[in-house]
Amino acid sequence: MLKIIKYVLLDIIRSRTVIGYTLFLLLTSWGIFLLDDSTSKSLISLVNIILVVLPLVSIIFSTIHFYNSYEFIELMLAQPVKRATIFTGSYIGAALALCLAYLVGAGIPLMIFDGSATAVTMIASGLMITLVFVSLAYLAASLTRDKAKGTGIAILTWFFFAVIYDALLLLLLFLFADYPVENFLLGITFLNPVDLARLMVLLKMDVAALMGMTGAVYSELLGSLKGMLVAGLVSLVWVVWPFLLSLRIFNKKDI
Amino acid sequence: MFPVCAGATIWQVFPATNAVTQAIAKSSAGDTIEIQSGTYRENTTIDIKHSLHIRGVGNPVLDGQYKGQIMSIWASGTTISGIHFIRCGKSNLEDYAAIKVYHVNHVTISQNTFEDNYFCIFLLKSDSCIIRQNFISGKAVFEQTSGNGIHLWKSQHAIISENKIQGQRDGIYFEFVTNSRIENNISAHNIRYGLHFMFSHRNQYTGNRFTNNGAGVAVMYSNHVHMTRNVFDLNRGQASYGLLLKDISDSRINQNRFEKNSVAIYMEGSNRLTIEQNNFIRNGWAMRIYANCEGSKISNNNFSGNSFDVSTNGSEDHNHFVQNFWDKYEGYDLNHDDIGDIPYRPVSIYAMLMERIPFALILYRSFVVSIFERIEKIMPVITPVNLYDEKPLMKPVRL
Repeated sequence: MLKIIKYVLLDIIRSRTVIGYTLFLLLTSWGIFLLDDSTSKSLISLVNIILVVLPLVSIIFSTIHFYNSYEFIELMLAQPVKRATIFTGSYIGAALALCLAYLVGAGIPLMIFDGSATAVTMIASGLMITLVFVSLAYLAASLTRDKAKGTGIAILTWFFFAVIYDALLLLLLFLFADYPVENFLLGITFLNPVDLARLMVLLKMDVAALMGMTGAVYSELLGSLKGMLVAGLVSLVWVVWPFLLSLRIFNKKDI
Repeated sequence: MFPVCAGATIWQVFPATNAVTQAIAKSSAGDTIEIQSGTYRENTTIDIKHSLHIRGVGNPVLDGQYKGQIMSIWASGTTISGIHFIRCGKSNLEDYAAIKVYHVNHVTISQNTFEDNYFCIFLLKSDSCIIRQNFISGKAVFEQTSGNGIHLWKSQHAIISENKIQGQRDGIYFEFVTNSRIENNISAHNIRYGLHFMFSHRNQYTGNRFTNNGAGVAVMYSNHVHMTRNVFDLNRGQASYGLLLKDISDSRINQNRFEKNSVAIYMEGSNRLTIEQNNFIRNGWAMRIYANCEGSKISNNNFSGNSFDVSTNGSEDHNHFVQNFWDKYEGYDLNHDDIGDIPYRPVSIYAMLMERIPFALILYRSFVVSIFERIEKIMPVITPVNLYDEKPLMKPVRL
């Protein structure tokens, strides 16, 4: 499996898209830090990139990558190698490559210009988002053999988590404004990996505002170690279940 | 105990039962009593009926044994210094204090230490008193069972400077106090307010630091108050404010620093204030202004790294924002006069929504919310129409 990971990783890293993605991240984050005098403001701009661009690129790139490597996978399947090994290897290779791109593109500037706990949280949540969306991409790709359809599913998935989910939440918030549904809504927010990452960053960046909130549920829950553990667990589930499901589909698939 | 020399009348006191009370009984007005180091337990409150200079040598301890007041001062011109007061009585009916001053003037209380008392220094109807360089540390747990550090009632011309107060209910409390100065004190970790005053006009607060207090600083029903060069920081919590202004008018708030508070300045029913040259850094809300405030001028302040700059509950605004630096400002300056060419609206739509539904904070910084804020910037619908800074600064004010 190591060989497959190595092969996929090298293949992806050399691809123009990933180099372009890395450069894009590097330029934007570097640029943001250099243009703004206050690092707090730069961090806010970067959060938007992490929460919007990162999932989008991760999911679309991984989906297309999977379809493009179909021939490679078919070739590998002709060898005496288990299907699970090939699939897992391909997944880990793609995830590693994107994480690396993120670390180089955004992680390095973050550590150089800020280096605070906020920056560390942002790096961690960025990595988490990348992993989750690569998993979702593999699920989307294994659902259908049609590349256009698969990419469509991927984009829709991104759109759902990044925009629709929060819009619906906001709607719920207004509909039930007069009812004590805070815990319920917080639970729902926890179920979206993008929101989860956002909450983690928020907790570092807007702690003063959070602590001023009525019904201190939020800061109590998230601020504690327990909250961090729950967040970690939820994101782990988001990485694992789409991957396992796609693995299952791939294993049974008639290629 | 013996007089050192007959005419000069300096009385030396050494540890013994009721030693201090007996020494005072023998002394006459204008004498000095030097209390030598050791622990003193008196059976009754030490009453000072004629003016004395009481001085601790080697930090003597006056132990109240949780029984009533430790010292009452009924004579003008008395000075108390260098004494360590511990364990005064606690009561729900009586405001016991380590030192209580009744209806006198020119009393000086300096360089004392207070530990585990109910109220510490309590002035009633006193004039021109000085409270300086005391260190006060309490063990307050509940508001109902704890007292204030320095408590003044119906007094005037007091000077309170360089004290350090922690662990009381309110650090410094003023009620009906006028023409007084509070300078260079540190009030921290008090369970209610670092500074609290009511109906106290024409006072000055300069160079103090209020940090980590349960509910920050609250000032109410007063006018002509000057607050300059104070630091309000780390006052966090759902009912916590850096500075809460309720019915304050004609006052000046200048050159203060507000850092990492839940709400830096909260204004309710406050009129004609001048808020200038303050730094608002990394607060949850830099200013929350209720719609019943009017005629205030907010200028030359720096707002940076706050989650929300300004929020209000009304649809109109009667205060004047001008020439502040806002780090969220996205305008341009074509004529290079360091003043932005388009006005800045400090109230974001989300801040308005959160006035109605505070829990909406969980969606803050979400992509959807950013879209809303963009739309609102182009077509303002919800945010107050006339609340804007017409001349936002391009660079922070140097302070």
